[in-house]
Amino acid sequence: MADCARKGRTRDSMDKSITLPPDEIFRNLENAKRFAIDIGGSLTKLAYYSTVQHKVAKVRSFDHTAKETEGDPLYEISVQEEITARLHFIKFENTYIETCLDFIKDHLVNTETKVIKATGGGAYKFKELIEKKLRLKVDKEDEMTCLIKGCNFVLRNIPHEAFVYAKHADSEFRFQNTHPDIFPYLLINIGSGVSIVKVESEDKFERIGGSSIGGGTFWGLGALLTKTKRFDELLQLASRGQHSSVDMLVKDIYGGAYSSLGLTGDLIASSFGKSATTDKEFSKEDMAKSLLHMISNDIGQLACLYARLHNLSRVYFGGFFIRGHPVTMHTITYSINFFTKGEVQALFLRHEGYLGAIGAFLKGAEEDNPNQYSWGENYAGSSGLMSVSPDLNPMQRARSGTFDMLEMDRLERQLVNLPLLQDPSSYVPDTVDLTEDALAREYWLSCFEDALDGVVKRAVASQPDLPQAAERAEKFRQKYLHKLQTLRHQPFAYGSLTVRSLLDTREHCLNEFNFPDPYSKVKQKENDVALKYFQKVVMSLEKLSWEQRQFALVKGLLAGNVFDWGAKRPWLVDCYNEWLERLKGPPHKCALFFVDNSGIDIILGVFPFVRELLCRGTEVVLASNSGPALNDVTNSELQILTERIAAMDSVIQTALKEDKLTLVQSGSSSPCLDLSRLDKALATVVLERHTDLVVIEGMGRAIHTNYYAMLNCESLKLAVIKNSWLAERLGGKIFSVVFKYEVPFKSQELKQ
Amino acid sequence: MDKGKCALEPKSAAVHYANGLQNGFCSPQRSSGSSGGSAAAGPSVAGLGCSSPGSSCSCSGSSGGGGHGCFESLHHHVLQEQQHNGSPAKRSRLRRRTESVRKNRPPFPWFGMDIGGTLVKLVYFEPKDTPAEEEQEEVENLKSIRKYLTSNVAYGNTGVRDVHLELKELSICGRRGSLHFIRFPTQAMHSFIQMGRDKNFSSLHTTLCATGGGAYKFEEDFRTMADLQLLKLDELDCLIQGLLYVDSVGFNGHPECYFFENPSDPESCVKWPCCLDNPFPMLLVNIGSGVSILAVYSKDDYKRVTGTSLGGGTFLGLCCLLTGCETFEEALEMAAKGDSTNVDKLVKDIYGGDYERFGLQGSAVASSFGHMMSKEKRDSISKEDLARATLVTITNNIGSIARMCAVNEKIDRVVFVGNFLRINTISTKLLAYAMDFWSKGQLKALFLEHEGYFGAVGAFLELLKSSDDPRDDP
Repeated sequence: MADCARKGRTRDSMDKSITLPPDEIFRNLENAKRFAIDIGGSLTKLAYYSTVQHKVAKVRSFDHTAKETEGDPLYEISVQEEITARLHFIKFENTYIETCLDFIKDHLVNTETKVIKATGGGAYKFKELIEKKLRLKVDKEDEMTCLIKGCNFVLRNIPHEAFVYAKHADSEFRFQNTHPDIFPYLLINIGSGVSIVKVESEDKFERIGGSSIGGGTFWGLGALLTKTKRFDELLQLASRGQHSSVDMLVKDIYGGAYSSLGLTGDLIASSFGKSATTDKEFSKEDMAKSLLHMISNDIGQLACLYARLHNLSRVYFGGFFIRGHPVTMHTITYSINFFTKGEVQALFLRHEGYLGAIGAFLKGAEEDNPNQYSWGENYAGSSGLMSVSPDLNPMQRARSGTFDMLEMDRLERQLVNLPLLQDPSSYVPDTVDLTEDALAREYWLSCFEDALDGVVKRAVASQPDLPQAAERAEKFRQKYLHKLQTLRHQPFAYGSLTVRSLLDTREHCLNEFNFPDPYSKVKQKENDVALKYFQKVVMSLEKLSWEQRQFALVKGLLAGNVFDWGAKRPWLVDCYNEWLERLKGPPHKCALFFVDNSGIDIILGVFPFVRELLCRGTEVVLASNSGPALNDVTNSELQILTERIAAMDSVIQTALKEDKLTLVQSGSSSPCLDLSRLDKALATVVLERHTDLVVIEGMGRAIHTNYYAMLNCESLKLAVIKNSWLAERLGGKIFSVVFKYEVPFKSQELKQ
Repeated sequence: MDKGKCALEPKSAAVHYANGLQNGFCSPQRSSGSSGGSAAAGPSVAGLGCSSPGSSCSCSGSSGGGGHGCFESLHHHVLQEQQHNGSPAKRSRLRRRTESVRKNRPPFPWFGMDIGGTLVKLVYFEPKDTPAEEEQEEVENLKSIRKYLTSNVAYGNTGVRDVHLELKELSICGRRGSLHFIRFPTQAMHSFIQMGRDKNFSSLHTTLCATGGGAYKFEEDFRTMADLQLLKLDELDCLIQGLLYVDSVGFNGHPECYFFENPSDPESCVKWPCCLDNPFPMLLVNIGSGVSILAVYSKDDYKRVTGTSLGGGTFLGLCCLLTGCETFEEALEMAAKGDSTNVDKLVKDIYGGDYERFGLQGSAVASSFGHMMSKEKRDSISKEDLARATLVTITNNIGSIARMCAVNEKIDRVVFVGNFLRINTISTKLLAYAMDFWSKGQLKALFLEHEGYFGAVGAFLELLKSSDDPRDDP
C-alpha cells in the first residue's frame, strides 16, 4: 500500500508537467537493462534496452502418419508468447529530468544494471542527481564517439533516415535511399560550436576541422542583439525577419549584380554591413534573420571547403542548431547549394537528436555486439519526425507534450540487399512516394481509414478465446487512426510515406496490441480447401498441350489473386508472348519466387507453376515472409504446405529430396517487399544457386513495390490490380492484369 | 581592355613597372636589405591619431564650418577660384591637353578611385616637377584641387588623407611627384559628386577611373549630377595591378610587404619587412566590408576562389549594435582593452582542459559568444569584451576560410589586404598566428602597408593606360 501511495504521488507531480501518462513514454521498464543518457543543453535523451513479451502465431503440423479424417484441419494454430529485444529512446526537456528519473527508479525491477552510460555536455551537471536517483554509476563516454556510433547505427538500420530539405518543393523532405555502403561521409555537428568529422568506417573517424561560430554564437549573439532569451524564440524571430535591412547586399554596393563574377544583387556582401553605416534602429526580427544567415552561410561554406578537400559528397548535418528546425535546415541547405553549385547536398537525419544516446548505449552494449543484428524502426512506438515541433504540428504538441520516442526492434535476421539488384544504391522499393504525390496520399490515407473497421473486426474474430480482444482491438483502432492523422499533417514523419509504410505501420500497431496474425484462421481454412484441389488441377494441366499449359499456368498464378477472372488479352501490361518465346529456349538455372497469398494462390497457382519449372530442369527457391502479414503465406505455413504437397506429388517430393526446391525466409513481415532488406541466408542461397530468374507476384510486392525495380537477371512481375483507383492511375480498369517480363539489357545482347 | 599591354610611357615610369616585373618586383628605388619595418610602422601609428574621422575634427586646415558634407569646404574653395577664371582657362586647357596627348599621357589631375561598400579610396598624383611656365598656364581649379588635397590631411568631417602612406619621388609617365592616399565614407559619395559639379570638374576633361561596386552604383549620379563620365574598372583587376605596382615601387625606399616573426608566441612576435620576390602563386585575401579570396597565378591570371560576408562591415556593424560605438577607430580602441574569453566559450570551459581525443587545446575557442547564452553573463559583460570578441570572431573566421582555400588551392603564401586591417594589429597578428598554427608552419601570412588602397591604385594605373584609348580623343 505504501508503494501505491508513493506511485500515486509521483504520478500527481508528473501530471503537472507531462501531459502523457509516463507509462506510455517509458515503456517496458520492467525488463529494462543497459541504460544510457545524453544530456544536452536543453534536451535529455534516455536510451535503454528491454525485452518485449508479445504473442506470436505458431503453426504446427499434425502427425500425418496417423489416419486422417475428413474435416481435420491441415495444421494447428497456436498463439505463443515470444520475447524479442527492443531499444527504447526517449527525448524530453531537461526540466523534466528529475521527475523522469523518479519514475524510472520506481519502475526498475531489474537490479542487474549497475552502470549508466552518459554523454553530452550536461552529463557532468546531472551526474550526482542520476547517481542518487537511480543508484547507478555514471560512466562518461566521449561525446563525439557516441555521436558517430549513433550516426552509423541509424544510417545502417533505418531506411529513409537521411533526407534533403527543400523548403519550396511539393514535399519539404526528400528522403534518401539507404546506401549499401554508408562510408565515407562527413558529419557536421553544430552544437554551441561546430565540429567537422570525417567518418571512414565503423571505428575510424577523425575531426578534420571545426569552427567556433555555431549554435552558441547564434544564441549568445542573438540574445545580446535582441534581448530574447530562448533559442527557439530567436529562431522564430528570425523566421519573421528581413535580413536585407541589416545586411549589405551586393546591390547595395553595386546598384545591381556584380555580373562579371556572377554574383547576384541579392547576395550578402557584408553581414550586418548596414548596421555600421546606418543610424536607424533595426528590428529584432531582422537582426535575428541576418544573424541566422550569417552563421548558416559560414558553416555551409566551411563544410564545402572540407568536403572538397577530402573529396566527400555525403555531408550530414546535426546538432542543436539543426535539430528539427526548418528555418536552419533551409538556410544551411541554401548555403551548401550556393557554395558547391549543387554538387554537394546537405543531408539531415530523422533521428539526429538521438545519435548521442544511441551511441552511448551501443558503447555500453559492446559485449552484446548489437551491430551484428539488423534493427527496424517500430512505427507503432515511435513518434516520428517533428513530433514536438510546434511550428509544424500544434495538435501533436498538445497531445504528447514535449516527449518524443523512438523504438527499434531487433530483427531475428540480418538483412542485406538482394544480390541481383542492378544498382543497389539507386534502388527504390516503392512505386509511388506519397509524400510527393498529394492526390495519391489523400486517396490512400482515406482508403486505410475506411478499411480500419474491417481490420478491427477481423482482429477480434481471430481471437475468440483470448481475453479483452475487443478492448485491445479498440486500442489498436485508436492508435492506428492517430498515426493516420499524424501522417495527414506530417506525411514525412517516418520517411517517405508509401502504401508499404502504411501497411507496415498497421502491422506494427496490430502487434503492439497482441494481434500477431488476425488472418491465421482464414489462411488455415483456405489452405485446407485449396489442398484438396491440388491433384485435380495438376492432372488437368497435364492434359493440356505444352503451349496451352504455359498459358494456364500463368493464368493460375494470376487467378489465385482474384476470384472473378475474366480479363481478356492484351492485358494492361502484357509480355506474355515474350515469356512464352523464352520458355521455348533453354531452362533457367534457378528461379527465386517471392510468394504472396495463402490458399488458392500458393497451392493452385504457385505450386503448379513451380512444378513446371522443376520439370524443365530449373531449381526453385521459394521465398516467403518470416512473420505474418495479412493473408500472406508465412514461411512456417509454407513448410507444412510443401510437405503435404510433396506427399501427393512426386515431382515436388523428388525436388525437395534432391534439394532442387528450397524454402527460404524473406526476413520480412510485410505485404510488400523491400529488396534491399532481405534475409542474409536468402542472399547466400541466391548467389550459390546462380539464380537467373526472379518471380515477384501480387499487388504488394510487384505493384506497390518493385514495379520499377531493375534486376540484373530475368524477372517476372505479375499481379491483378484489385483497386480501381490504382488501376485507373495505371490506365486500366479494376482487375487489370500486369504481366511484366523483363530481361536486363546485358543478357539480351548475349542472346543475339 | 588589353591588360597585358603596358600603356605607360616607355621611357620613364614604364621602365619602373616593366623592370619591376622582370626583377621580381624589386623596385630600383628600394634600398635592398633595409630593415625599414619600424620606420614604416611608425607613421602608420602616428597617422592614426589625427585621421580619426569620428573625432571632433580639429586636426585639419579645412575651414570645416558647420561641416555636414565632407567636401563642403572644398566646394567654397573651388567656387571662389572659378569666379576668377574666364575664357583664358579654356585656352590653356586646350594647350595642356594637346601637349599631354602628344606625350601620350593623360591630362592632369590624375586620380584613381575605388568606391567600396563602406569606404571610398582615392589616390591622387601630385606632380612636383611642373615647369614654371606650365604652372602659370595651369587652370586655377586644377591648382586649387592640388592645393586643397595636398595642404590638408582631413577633408570635412570624415575625409582623411593617410599622410604616412604617401609615396614620394615616384616617376610616372615622365612626371615626378607624390602619390597621395585619401579615404572617406561611401555615405559621403553624393557630397563628393556635388563637389565635382560645383567646381565644374567636367571641364578638366579628365577621365575619372573608378572601380569598386560604387563605380557602377554611382555611375548614373556622376553623369547626371556632375556631367562626369566614369571609366568603370573591375575591382579585382585593379586590386591585383595596384598591389603589384605598389610592391614593385616599394614604400619610399622600404619594402611594402611585411610579416610577423614568431607569430605563435605573443612575447616575441615581431613585425618584419620582406620582399615579395616571386609573388606567384599567392592567395590574396581582401578584407573590406566583405571578403574576397583570390588565387593569383600571374599578373593577369587569377580567379576568385570564394568570399565571405563576414568581413570588416560585420565587425563594425556588430560592434555598433553591441557597444553603441560609431567608428572603426572607436571599435578597435575598445577591442584593444577587452578580453574575448569573457564572451567566448573555450574548449576548457566545456572539457575542463584540452579535448585530447581531437587534439584541441583548452585555450581554443569552442563557441564564439558561447558564454552569452547565459543571462547572468550577458548582464555583466563589458563593451570592451564584446568588441574584442567580435574582432576575434571575425578575424579567426577569415583566417580559417583563407587557410582552407590555401590548402585546397595548394598555395602556401597568403597575402592579407583591405581596410579591415588598418590600424588593426590585433587582427594582423591573429591572422599570422592562425595561418602558422593551424597549418603547422606550412602557411605564411603576409601583409602590405597600403592595405586598403590597391584597388584605387589599380584604377589610377588604368588612367595612365587609357590615355591612348581612342574614346578619349577629343
